[in-house]
Amino acid sequence: MKTVPAEPKGVDSGPHFMDGDQAIAEGALAAGCRFFAGYPITPSTETAERFAERAPEVGALFIQMEDELASIAALIGAAWGGRKAMTVTCGPGFSLMVENIGLAAMTETPLVIANVQRGGPSTGLPTLTAQQDMMQARYGSHGDYAIIALSPDSPQECFDITVEAFNLSEFYRVPVIILTDETVGHMHEKVVIPPAEQIQVVPRNNYSGPKEDFRPYKFDCQGGHPMARAGDGYNFHITGLTHDERGYPVMTAEQSKIVVTHLMEKIHGNADKIIRLDEDQIDGADVVVVSYGITSRIAIKAIQDARKEGIKVGSLRLITIWPFCEKRIRELAPKIKAFVVPEINYGQMVLEVERCAGGKCETISVNHCGGAVHDPEVILAAIRKANQ
Amino acid sequence: MSTQEIRFSGFGGQGIIRCALITGKALSLYDDKFATMTQSFGPEARGSACAAQLVVSDERVLYPYITCPGILLALSQEAYDKYWSELPKGGILIVEQDLVKLSGEHPDLVLMRVPATRFAEELGNRLFTNLVALGFFTAVTKVVTADAMKKALPGLVPDRFLKINIKAFEKGYEYGINALSAGGGAS
Repeated sequence: MKTVPAEPKGVDSGPHFMDGDQAIAEGALAAGCRFFAGYPITPSTETAERFAERAPEVGALFIQMEDELASIAALIGAAWGGRKAMTVTCGPGFSLMVENIGLAAMTETPLVIANVQRGGPSTGLPTLTAQQDMMQARYGSHGDYAIIALSPDSPQECFDITVEAFNLSEFYRVPVIILTDETVGHMHEKVVIPPAEQIQVVPRNNYSGPKEDFRPYKFDCQGGHPMARAGDGYNFHITGLTHDERGYPVMTAEQSKIVVTHLMEKIHGNADKIIRLDEDQIDGADVVVVSYGITSRIAIKAIQDARKEGIKVGSLRLITIWPFCEKRIRELAPKIKAFVVPEINYGQMVLEVERCAGGKCETISVNHCGGAVHDPEVILAAIRKANQ
Repeated sequence: MSTQEIRFSGFGGQGIIRCALITGKALSLYDDKFATMTQSFGPEARGSACAAQLVVSDERVLYPYITCPGILLALSQEAYDKYWSELPKGGILIVEQDLVKLSGEHPDLVLMRVPATRFAEELGNRLFTNLVALGFFTAVTKVVTADAMKKALPGLVPDRFLKINIKAFEKGYEYGINALSAGGGAS
């Protein structure tokens, strides 16, 4: 990925004491996001507030839309108008966005959506934490497509991951979803925003060659293909229908194979480059705790207590949720007794872990219906059970 | 590694969350500590119970919640009733002395009492109660330096009220220093 230093006016360098939601807004501005369209919803509103407050001084545009359907549609338009664009929401709003997430994936439109998860289903628990939208983020829209999703565990990582989300989104021209949660969203910690020259961002890859040669798409299963800005005089077509490299509809099984393979493989074929994991004491472990977001910080307490009891337990924290770290789970499964997967849902990512473990070791789900974080004792009990 | 867990509590409108924000910012930006602040977050209204938690450490805070708070600041009766028994032996209990009626002598705790609301009213507005309480808290707990707390105020209190908030803080701080030299929480 070609990167350049961040534009200084978007970067509020220095140490701050801020919450995760605010750090997402700062990460977006640092990454060059200059368009935000959203509809306020707890517990994500602080991101919108921060972005709106900072937008005039940075030269960004903030629009409060009539709803979430309009918000994501505006993002698609803004992206093709040349802006880096983002929105923020939580479960109920995300549900309204899924149709156009499919359109963004199909039209290979870069945009970033932060989902600050709260308890569901439906309007559920507006003010309380959850991790229940993990599968929805991946499979919410219809048809075969792939997205990238990242999960931060602290306000600092909210900043860092948002910059990364924009970079991945620009390069792979794909919606990137930040799957955080109410706890991290509202937790205040020190966030150090580096000087602009130390923040590497992927600039919008605008096409500048001969007009007749421009193709908005290239179905080569790779990222890095340029876009043209609407209004700059390039003739191309954008549609949700299956299309050719000029963007015009070609609705055949043969073309579908070309397009869908590209959409899937540009992400899954580059999974090794995209995936980031945070591993601790995995070598020689008998039990590996797979966790993400706030739950990984709750699990740490259980892991530390288990180690005091002499249990060899490692930690595998998913920073990248999607694409899923299949290869790593397959490598580890034959070497350990069990995976323990705590998450604030009824068991979602555990399904992926279990699938990739392929029966080579046990997989233990430590589920939680939302509204609070786990009691670390419950995770500790699962680790003990896994070690038997 | 030294870790300190603090609970700030009272009722909505007293500036409880702000207390934790100011202290957390002071510690992590100006006192070279790590601080993680979490808060009760719900459809609360002014007047209902409110609490914020701060975990302070010399190293990065991993587990973000308090498990055994060593310090409780209780600015309301409800907060005191609900939380005082969490404190371990030797824990510091700071109460708003005009708003909290103690249920016992608490010989196992370091009990400190401050008439924060009254002092704030003397300064012109009870809105400054939290800063008086924070000044007192700073003096008697020594968890955070007064200098760091004052540096943390800009941005967390309105600019036009910065001076009066610093004055409120200093009033509480001075009262705390005097209380310490008087040998405890009796006032």
